[in-house]
Amino acid sequence: MTLFCVGLSHHTANVETRERFAGHAETQCILRNAGCAEALLLTTCNRVEVYGASDRRISTDEIARCLAREIEKDPREYAPAFYRYEGEKCVQHLFRVASGLDSMVVGESEILGQAKKAYEAARSSRTAGRYLHRLFQRAFRVAKQVRTHTDITRGLVSVGSVAIDLAQRIFGHLGNCKVLVLGAGETSERTARALASRGVKDLRVSNRSSDRAHELARLVGGRALPFDKWRAQCREIDILITSTSSEAPLLTSENLAPMLRGRIDRPLFIIDIAVPRDVDPYVNEMEGVYLYDIDALQSVADQSLALRRQQIAAAEAIIAEHVEDFVAASARGLNRVAPAAEHTSVADSPLRASEL
Amino acid sequence: MDRYLLIVSTLCFLAAIVRTARSLRAKTFQPSRFSFLAIGLGFIFQTAFLSVRGHALGRCPLTNLFEVFIFLAWSIALIYMLVGPAYRLSLMGAFTAPLVFLLQAFALIAPIDVRHPVKTPPNSWLEFHASISLVAYGAFGLACIAGVMYLVQERQLKTHQLRSIFYHLPPLTDLFAAITRLLWWGFVLYTLGLVSGFFTGGPLPRVQLVAAVGVWLLYAAILQGRHLRRLAPKRVATLCILGFTAALTLLWGISFSAQSQSLP
Repeated sequence: MTLFCVGLSHHTANVETRERFAGHAETQCILRNAGCAEALLLTTCNRVEVYGASDRRISTDEIARCLAREIEKDPREYAPAFYRYEGEKCVQHLFRVASGLDSMVVGESEILGQAKKAYEAARSSRTAGRYLHRLFQRAFRVAKQVRTHTDITRGLVSVGSVAIDLAQRIFGHLGNCKVLVLGAGETSERTARALASRGVKDLRVSNRSSDRAHELARLVGGRALPFDKWRAQCREIDILITSTSSEAPLLTSENLAPMLRGRIDRPLFIIDIAVPRDVDPYVNEMEGVYLYDIDALQSVADQSLALRRQQIAAAEAIIAEHVEDFVAASARGLNRVAPAAEHTSVADSPLRASEL
Repeated sequence: MDRYLLIVSTLCFLAAIVRTARSLRAKTFQPSRFSFLAIGLGFIFQTAFLSVRGHALGRCPLTNLFEVFIFLAWSIALIYMLVGPAYRLSLMGAFTAPLVFLLQAFALIAPIDVRHPVKTPPNSWLEFHASISLVAYGAFGLACIAGVMYLVQERQLKTHQLRSIFYHLPPLTDLFAAITRLLWWGFVLYTLGLVSGFFTGGPLPRVQLVAAVGVWLLYAAILQGRHLRRLAPKRVATLCILGFTAALTLLWGISFSAQSQSLP
């Protein structure tokens, strides 16, 4: 019995192509009818992959036809987009996918949930048997280990999530934090909603348009304040999110200093997502004030991504260890996985390309 | 024989440092169970050493500078074992191990383990005074380490340069709360040590007394500044480092002068 994986992903195909081969609920059964002893379909927005176990070799062409929703063009045109892994390479590929190493955003954990869901679907439709069971159970273990023992999932890679993460790095639990949202734009709303979902109870909204302030306050469970009163709030609040369309800075070291006198032991986190900026950059020099404008947030997001990339080697080492162990177990007859590797793209192999 | 116990203990702390340094170098820093276990093992060997030495001396092993250093290292490890897991400051081990290692390595290498003929019988007040003061030093040492962690975290947040270690350090407010608690623990214990010094029965060395009161006043001032909200957290963290440096200097002075006086 040979384990194999045939599919296409964001590495090899654009979204239009992926859509054409996104498969459907019956795909697994069709694959089984095509001669697959076991088959599992993993479909996400970035990949469409079939994992199977079979005694006979099922061509990539057959699998592609099972996956295709409708093919108007000659299937050969899609050949370069498909890759095929067999035996050890298939095991390694799945472990990398489950661990988030093959994802568009390295280290994202959503793929693990999607893989679990795909496995459950195949198990309930009885298209996955003991070979895929062992393979996927091991893949889930590997993914967990990679997440626990490396920093691959650490840090956040979107501007909004970085802002929330930084707030937690400063204040710990956000439940007791007082937040002022200045300017009721779309980004402010998203950030305020995210803060509310992390337990913030005291949310205050101030906007030039009082109606919009009341509307946003209602949406996030906060209270609206008159725009001319916002500055005095800086004595009390812990987090300020500002995104007004003001041409000149609203907050400078000079006008903030008197308000910070009574709160020397409490940090103030300012998220300035306005362009042009609402807060003078020199405010960041003040004791206990942490100012992040849109560029600073983007820079942190980029650093997180770079940090995740640095973790790849450590994650690959964990995966290599598990692949070796899994293949050795197969050789002992616990799982019969062919150790032969076949991992080139369909287009790289004239023989397989000709199958399409 | 007892020195072997200390060497093993020092090697345990070294192992924790090596592990941390390797993971930092590989940019895969994780506050691991290994480091905590290594420090725990080091602490057990420290305790064994002090116990063996105490039995041999028939009193609390604080008779020379070498023993004072080891007792201080033991106090720091003890406070770490108590507060580290309790306040989710497990990363503190990464900062504690080097300090304990340096203290013990210095004590082992420097020729300060000199046995002096003890002229006076054991004095329970004196032993209480010395040991409780050193445990207070342990708390101040940990406050100093938490201060370093605070400054590292604060610097990263200010400069927007977040390294791997950033994600393992506790939030700023939690660190500051830990610093405050450790300062209070240390201050209460140090006050007990200082007061018990007056009951030892012997003549009080004026210079040491003035220096000890000076350290007490410094920590009292830090806590007062904190209480009255006159000191920003960053300054409290910096003062914790300066305060512990001053306290260590005083400890050195007391031990050195005590050793000099006992020489024939």
